[in-house]
Amino acid sequence: MRIALFVTCLADTLYPSVARATVTVLERLGHEVVFPPGQTCCGQMHVNTGYQADALPVVRHHVEVFEPYDAVVAPSGSCVGSVRHQHARVARRAGDEALARRAEAGAARTYELSELLVDVLGVEDVGASFPHRVTYHPTCHSLRMLRVDDKPLRLLRNVRGLELVELPSAESCCGFGGTFALKNADTSTAMLADKMRHVVGTGAEICTAGDSSCLMHIGGGLSRLRSGVRTLHLAEILAATDDPGAEVAGQTVPVGVVR
Amino acid sequence: MSAAADGTAAVPDARSEVMARIRSALGEHPPVVEVTRGYRTSGEHRPGAAELLDLLQDRLVDYKAGVTRSTADQVPATVGGLLERLAGGGRVVVPPDLPGDWTAGADVLRDDGALTSAELDRVAGVVTACAVAVAETGTIVLDAGSGQGRRALSLVPDLHVCVVRADQVVQTVPEAVARLEPRRPLTWISGPSATSDIELNRVEGVHGPRTLEVVLVTG
Amino acid sequence: MTTFLGIPSVGAPVRSSPGVGHLQGSESFPTAARRALGDSQLRSNIGRATTTIRGKRARVVGEVPDWEELREAGRTLKASTMARLPELLGQLEEQVTAAGGTVHWARDAAEANAIVTRLVQATGADEVVKVKSMATQEIGLNEALEAAGISAWETDLAELIVQLGHDLPSHILVPAIHRNRSEIREIFRREMPGLGTELPPDLTDEPRELAMTARRHLRRTFLRAQVAISGANFAVAETGTLSVVESEGNGRMCLTLPRTLITVMGIEKVVPTWQDLEVFLQLLPRSSTGERMNPYTSMWTGVTPGDGPQEVHLVLLDNGRTAVLADEVGREALHCIRCSACLNVCPVYERTGGHAYGSVYPGPIGAVLSPQLTGMTGDAVNDSLPYASSLCGACYDVCPVKIDIPSILVELRAQHVEAAAASGRLPTPEAALMKAAAVSMTSPFRWRLAQRASRLGRLLARGRDGQRRIRSLPPPLSGWTGTRDLPEPPAETFRESWAREGRS
Repeated sequence: MRIALFVTCLADTLYPSVARATVTVLERLGHEVVFPPGQTCCGQMHVNTGYQADALPVVRHHVEVFEPYDAVVAPSGSCVGSVRHQHARVARRAGDEALARRAEAGAARTYELSELLVDVLGVEDVGASFPHRVTYHPTCHSLRMLRVDDKPLRLLRNVRGLELVELPSAESCCGFGGTFALKNADTSTAMLADKMRHVVGTGAEICTAGDSSCLMHIGGGLSRLRSGVRTLHLAEILAATDDPGAEVAGQTVPVGVVR
Repeated sequence: MSAAADGTAAVPDARSEVMARIRSALGEHPPVVEVTRGYRTSGEHRPGAAELLDLLQDRLVDYKAGVTRSTADQVPATVGGLLERLAGGGRVVVPPDLPGDWTAGADVLRDDGALTSAELDRVAGVVTACAVAVAETGTIVLDAGSGQGRRALSLVPDLHVCVVRADQVVQTVPEAVARLEPRRPLTWISGPSATSDIELNRVEGVHGPRTLEVVLVTG
Repeated sequence: MTTFLGIPSVGAPVRSSPGVGHLQGSESFPTAARRALGDSQLRSNIGRATTTIRGKRARVVGEVPDWEELREAGRTLKASTMARLPELLGQLEEQVTAAGGTVHWARDAAEANAIVTRLVQATGADEVVKVKSMATQEIGLNEALEAAGISAWETDLAELIVQLGHDLPSHILVPAIHRNRSEIREIFRREMPGLGTELPPDLTDEPRELAMTARRHLRRTFLRAQVAISGANFAVAETGTLSVVESEGNGRMCLTLPRTLITVMGIEKVVPTWQDLEVFLQLLPRSSTGERMNPYTSMWTGVTPGDGPQEVHLVLLDNGRTAVLADEVGREALHCIRCSACLNVCPVYERTGGHAYGSVYPGPIGAVLSPQLTGMTGDAVNDSLPYASSLCGACYDVCPVKIDIPSILVELRAQHVEAAAASGRLPTPEAALMKAAAVSMTSPFRWRLAQRASRLGRLLARGRDGQRRIRSLPPPLSGWTGTRDLPEPPAETFRESWAREGRS
């Protein structure tokens, strides 16, 4: 299958290893991954902060860039959630029904990574190996906007050597929420503190999730606390193998070693 | 009578203005919404089925109501026993049309409609019938009909003994709603009065009767 | 703002009475939240209570096989009601009147307060007993009655605790959720003796003992009261039947014993038919208190001779609701049946409590309802409410009538930005940043330049190789780095490495 990578602005700029890992997993499964070079951002930050007029051209740009592709994948529940639930609304609010319909058509071809793997490609074992103790945080948008349900867990359970430990109160928001983390920094931090307490309490070495944004938040807090627990995107775990020559979690990271 | 008749509303009166605001808010073509009723409108058990009586009993007990099974001819003895035990032989009030033999032997005050709230506050308990009961929710409904009396009777005394016939027990809320006449004063009762206002701890017995005893009549 | 122009207003939506009632606090959400977050007793009280009730709700909802069908029925019933509101309110008025009741209409809080005050004064009473009611809290009725020399006694236990504590409610269902048992005992000890209720010197803080104290305290009041004031959970247009859903029996006392009953109800509370109650009577208790059915539900239709109040009034309240109705996205907030399930699952409410929202409607539903009732100006206190959410969506999942609260929040944020622009308050630094970001995001060339600029962050990173982190940034980004590190931006973006490898 030919799959277009919607890299997301955050992975492109701050977490290229997550994008790289997404490509690695799909190519290992025999699929062709292309990178539409015109892509920038889905515009979710604008929409969720109230700047819908500014979001409109960003949405139009996204729709146009990905229109030629039959399948689009992003390593983010949140960005796919925005494409699926916000793009057409933004267009309709601006009175652009034609764009809204194009956005809906594009949204129907856009998948979050675990959705693409499990629902579209029918794969639960991606041939990964990752001998570590891992806990999984279901991010709000993958859980409640996309309803990915236990797809990420099914993928993780098939990773060789991985010990999956349950995260208490897993479905509670970590407190990221985009610009919420800045506008309501105190509340966001209070939510983060509880999330970190639960993560640390599992005794896991790694906390994983399907969104780099939430992981940036959780990982940033864990790093500040010097907790010793690291964050890794689901794609990075799924890309890991015990083949010493394979790429894992970005090119700079040796096999089996966690960033 | 509408508010305009009070003589205090400005012109235009509040009614016209609120109505005009609503029409303006909805625009010329309000959305047409189809109501979907895909939910259960009846249960799998017919009213009075043994399964429903068990379910009702379980749900009532769960909410700290007492339940006693009784045959029709044992109702007087059952009610008498409950009053003896819970009202300490004190005086009980009953609706004017409560079957007389239900409370035979008790010190009974038959409501004539003139008893004041303060007088009701001095009786030990009340015995009533009911209109319908819902098994799934552990609810009995009083509609001021036969053997139930006015609403104050089942409210002010501290003990409420309610006699429920098996054929009055339905499984679901929709079945109960269908059996009731909305223009009668209705009281839906699910267990004794309760509050969860202190740290969300449920405490049974606040302003309504602190003890609810249901006599479930079978056969 | 009330219009007295002699013709019905059909222009701009009319919001709630400014300065009357309790729909807007005095400080923005982040400021109020900061103080609440510093109160560890408050956080622990609310955290414990919301955790308990979330579990109870989940258990009793889980046992209903057709829960989703009931939710969909609730949603469509409410949407259909809003679309038919004039017809249904007319029918309700007709039916209540035919049953011996009197219907009054109030454009706003001030008018509703005046109507109720006049009705109470006409009875000659100088006190009223009250059933817990959001509408009368919203309009500040107790203060209005007080000003007219009428004492209003709250009879719901939590409302009593709030009233005796000279406090404000912080939850729709359990207004004193922010108080724990020992605080409640102290309030009772301080206030009740002055009101004529002697307390035993060894009063403990056992919930049962405190509840029995409240029973004793209110019993005399119930038996002597001549006038009661209530809200209504539902009003059936078809039959004129009003309904109050409660637990303690204080509602039944108020709805049954006094001679006069005055009910104040928002116009959105009407439901079309008697049959529709079969839906809401299943949705509300399980969502609200986590019970299969609440202990008491009372239903009355006008006056029943010889049974209950013989003088019955219904006050239909607008107070900004028609303005909410005018918003095609926001009007869904009017579907709320005040169960408070969204408060109990909200991670923001759980940390800040209800007072931070500044309105009688706190939590997620308050964040969409309050600013619509009062209106947003671009810099009003309530303009901060739509941002008091991480958009996690938990509220939408539990809402018994499926109100899409996250989408309304996003819409209201857009309206806030538009209001700020219209009032000349833009461009703020935030708006300028958003504009600049949008410009870069519509051109791959400009986007690459912006990405390169972000790489300057590498200069700020500190620490060992592979562990380098940004630990401090200037405002507004200091809001992030106050408690969270940022990773060092990589030397190469993904697209740069992809292009370097010559891939497409």
